[in-house]
Amino acid sequence: MKKSLRRWGWLFTGPVLAAFMIGFIVPFVLGVYLSFTEFRTVTKAEWVGFDNYIKMWGDDVFLHSLWYTAAFAIVTTILINVLAFIVAYLLVKTFRGKNIFRSVFFMPNLIGGIVLGYIWLLLLNGILGFWARSITYDESYGFWGMVILMCWQQIGYMMVIYIAGLQSVPTELLEAAEVDGANKRRTLFSVTIPLVMPAITVCTFLTITNGFKMFDQNLALTNGAPSRLSELLALNIFNTFYGRPGFEGVGQAKAVVFLIIVAGIALFQNWYARSKETAA
Amino acid sequence: MNDTPRRPWLWTTVFAIIAVAYLYPIYLVVINSFKGKVFISSEPFSLPNAETFVGWENYIRGIELTDFLWSFVWSLVITLGSAFVILLFTSMAAWWIVRMDNRYAKSLYVTFIFNLVVPFQMVMFTLSWLADYLGLTTPWGLWVIYLGFGAGLAVFIFTGFVKGIPYEIEEAATIDGCGPVRTFFLVVMPIMKPAVVTVAILEVMWLWNDYLLPYLTLDLKSYKTIPIAVQYLRGGYGSIDIGAMMGVLVLAMIPVIVFYLFSQKQIIRGVVAGAVKG
Repeated sequence: MKKSLRRWGWLFTGPVLAAFMIGFIVPFVLGVYLSFTEFRTVTKAEWVGFDNYIKMWGDDVFLHSLWYTAAFAIVTTILINVLAFIVAYLLVKTFRGKNIFRSVFFMPNLIGGIVLGYIWLLLLNGILGFWARSITYDESYGFWGMVILMCWQQIGYMMVIYIAGLQSVPTELLEAAEVDGANKRRTLFSVTIPLVMPAITVCTFLTITNGFKMFDQNLALTNGAPSRLSELLALNIFNTFYGRPGFEGVGQAKAVVFLIIVAGIALFQNWYARSKETAA
Repeated sequence: MNDTPRRPWLWTTVFAIIAVAYLYPIYLVVINSFKGKVFISSEPFSLPNAETFVGWENYIRGIELTDFLWSFVWSLVITLGSAFVILLFTSMAAWWIVRMDNRYAKSLYVTFIFNLVVPFQMVMFTLSWLADYLGLTTPWGLWVIYLGFGAGLAVFIFTGFVKGIPYEIEEAATIDGCGPVRTFFLVVMPIMKPAVVTVAILEVMWLWNDYLLPYLTLDLKSYKTIPIAVQYLRGGYGSIDIGAMMGVLVLAMIPVIVFYLFSQKQIIRGVVAGAVKG
């Protein structure tokens, strides 16, 4: 089997590998290289060493967007997971209409970020209009606007994962806890939550990386206004590439740092989840 | 975990109220899509009345301004084509990687996993240059690009699935005279169906809504996708034709909601399966 399998390797892996070269490997390697150069177009690049990386830290807008994004990711991760867990916890109970409610809460996930952004632009500007303001009046308006949007979009997705986790908790364990005299609260914190830990790991991972990578909603809702203060990292990098001639190299260096942050979170999460699993 | 609460009707009522509030933003867009431009910002929360109602005017202008019907076609061509090549080629690669398990297979797998954690911004500039250089700026060109950049998740889920398929079945097929190609398509593919559905759903949700990759790689003079068409309404200096925008937003949501109504069960199952593996 293996021998003939090896002979057919070009057919099974060839198409993916070719596309992978074009869509990922070449742009990636080229991207790392260009972060050490000054360039306008990809073919005209001049080696400058770590200059771009040094320049980046002198860019106040970038530093602002760095902590703005971190704050955004942390706030949304906590809010979305707590709320999604509560909703899931209540929706596994048996009462009329629970399946319809699940469908309703999940639906915003299928609407794309750009469309969602404009839907919320209408609603938030409508509300802020009562005070004669708009979403771009202050960076904190944009911040909380995006937090609300993100919650609205993602609670349903995480809820679905939590419901699956909750349904896999064996009823015998819950009954045993009841027999042992544990109250609802105690059962929740000592039995249910430890058992749905894998779901919590997955959901916090997804929400934190989604928070860091968010672009479309930011573009549609505030587009960085006022004066680039509501710019999340992804949008900041985009604007460095396409809005500031001569800073393409700096943009690429920012992208490398961005990758390190996102990959770092992924690795940390993976390691942390594993250490939890062995303890349980 | 499925106990009945003491007053189930109370729960139904409370959740019904929350659900209505949850859908309010969509309702708001729908009612405003029938109002005249000037009234949308001055009185966004009221229902259209004799003075503010404009019929289908916003829709017609929105469709004309964005060339919406063509955007729909291109979104469909890109989403379906990309999903198809991703499903076909990554499932083939995943099966081969698991069964072959040599050094080449392993390093390929590691690169795919790495692809999973790389944000698009990292390759944004160079990828759009390369797409332009190679002439992949058409909807079918994007099939190649999406297969390349979006393969990580699919390979990850497929390899996880293939590891659970007993090897004996394939061995039996080999003894019966099937080569690897026939074994894969006649024996493995049917077994992989649940994983294919999962991956298809996750990929379609992403592909249909993706904005930045097509925006940067497509030849925008000839092709736009729905998210790009929506964003185009913003125009220069942040000015928006808000009436047309409302109409286009509703039109952009309709296909998604129809798709959701028809395949809700699979979507939710797909999300769960994807999360457990991912």
